[in-house]
Amino acid sequence: MVDAAMTGVTSAGMDSARLKRMRRFRTGDATFRGLTFGAALTVLLLLGGVILSLVHGSLPALSEFGFGFLTSQSWNPVTEKFGALSPIYGTIVTSFIALLIAVPVGIGIAIFLTELCPPWLKRPIGVAVELLAGIPSIIYGIWGLFVFAPFFQTNVQPFLISLFAPIPVLNNLFAGPPYGIGILTAGFILAIMVLPFITSITRDVFDTVPPVLKEATYGLGCTTSEVVTKVVLPYTRVGVIGGVMLGLGRALGETMAVTFVIGNAHKISASIMAPGTTISASIANEFTEAVGDLYTSSLIALGLILFIITFIVLAGARLLLLRMNVKAGN
Amino acid sequence: MANTLGTSASAGFSAASTPEAQALYRRRRRGNGILLSLSVVATLFGLLWLVLILAALLYKGVSGLSVAVFTEMTPPPGSAGGLLNAIWGSLLMTVGGVLIGTPIGILAGTYMSEYGRGRKLTTVVRFINDILLAAPSIVIGLFVYEVMVVQMGHFSAWAGCVALAILVIPVVVRTTEDMLNLVPNQLREAAAALGLPRSIMIRHVAYKAAMSGIVTGVLLAIARVSGETAPLLFTALNNQFWSSDMNSPMSSLPVTIFQFALSPYQDWQSLAWTGALLITFTVLALNIVARAFLSPKAQK
Repeated sequence: MVDAAMTGVTSAGMDSARLKRMRRFRTGDATFRGLTFGAALTVLLLLGGVILSLVHGSLPALSEFGFGFLTSQSWNPVTEKFGALSPIYGTIVTSFIALLIAVPVGIGIAIFLTELCPPWLKRPIGVAVELLAGIPSIIYGIWGLFVFAPFFQTNVQPFLISLFAPIPVLNNLFAGPPYGIGILTAGFILAIMVLPFITSITRDVFDTVPPVLKEATYGLGCTTSEVVTKVVLPYTRVGVIGGVMLGLGRALGETMAVTFVIGNAHKISASIMAPGTTISASIANEFTEAVGDLYTSSLIALGLILFIITFIVLAGARLLLLRMNVKAGN
Repeated sequence: MANTLGTSASAGFSAASTPEAQALYRRRRRGNGILLSLSVVATLFGLLWLVLILAALLYKGVSGLSVAVFTEMTPPPGSAGGLLNAIWGSLLMTVGGVLIGTPIGILAGTYMSEYGRGRKLTTVVRFINDILLAAPSIVIGLFVYEVMVVQMGHFSAWAGCVALAILVIPVVVRTTEDMLNLVPNQLREAAAALGLPRSIMIRHVAYKAAMSGIVTGVLLAIARVSGETAPLLFTALNNQFWSSDMNSPMSSLPVTIFQFALSPYQDWQSLAWTGALLITFTVLALNIVARAFLSPKAQK
């Protein structure tokens, strides 16, 4: 482009001032392009830097405990024996509970927004869902600890305990004194936090269903529920799974809300009402108080494990959503 | 699927009065009613939490709201005080983080949309950026701890700024690229036809056309980082006193809330609720203003 301009001007005869300006344009162009290129590379370097620094920081712990770090349940700062099993367990179980609640509710809201909702109500509800996503996680934490957990303790947990008491297996899962805080409470709060993410992606992929398909199905005399279950959901399956995995990625790494309500106990209990811990909660609670290189390094190793798990989940989610986009022709 | 529907529809048509057909019709209507009511229940369930959380914040936070909150320092337990140093620290570090993160984010987004559209590097950067966007913020805190706090030998507000900047970058990259992609190519071609170099075209034509969208992205990024706690815990740490020294630990509103809320002291807990109220409504206001900035055309 600049070249074309230059030759045009040359043939018309160019004085040195013009030549100078052209040269300035050219260096300006190259500089700006270089800057943007460098910024784009910075994004890549950031991710590489995060991985490298976490690996570097966790080397002492990993070389001390080896593979046993992943399978050991002990977490003893006094004897300096650390194992990641109970935080990993807590992270996975709380996220699983969160998805168990948030997925049906999120899909339900998306169905309501795309199939039932009168147009004037769509935007307010959409904004409300986005606001739910905008509330900082520490707010969920303080609310969960002071408002939700006491309510849960006096009203919901005793009911659950007595409800499942006569049923084998389940009575172990819902056993024990109602503390209010614990794995189940953390899972529930996480469910509220990931709900907006699952809802908005599900709604977006529902919107990609070609109207012709839906109209044709209605034309056959199908009910709305048949359209949703037999046309919309099969068509958007990949995208919905992608959205759910994105929500899972959030739930796995969520820190502050969980830290408030999980109880921070490094043990694996059979009951989901018992206190536990997650990877992020352990780091948030203990990092600044950790004395000794091995303790710090073990916490960084926990961070590395968390990052690897979320990376895999998020990358999977993105690939699925990408496939969905290709299908929708974007 | 089409087959079974076809038969049931035709059966309904030809023998609408047979009891089986009526039973089938009733069953389908019932199934429809159940699914649709469940979806309404789900929506109410989702909205319920927003209302409950905001109500609790107002109920517990408003009572502690006073001039002292904005004029006095965080108190030792048992005495009255405010949140001034925490608010000041939050402001400083948020501004710092945004000032560091925004230019990088905008430039990266510019490369992806203006120079590298369709290139492999752009696809990779977009993919990585989306992962950074959702990566656990506590891991970012660990990263900055490793590369800054350990190297410098002490906690500092600068480390907090950098941690927040790393959270700002992906949000800004994403919106900048999306918004520049929406700028019609005719504008770029018209600028090129005038003989404008590409960098000038981008800065004076493309940025102008995408301005409202980019501003939205920056506002959303501010909203996101102003409530972040996890990355500040072991970068900026905390400070009970007024400090503007970027090289020393600095207090911030979220970390103060964390510390005060988990303390056994009544007056600290009530200050935590007031702080929570301040943060939430700041963040929600930013979210709403950001959306208002976005032109209706660019909204999905």
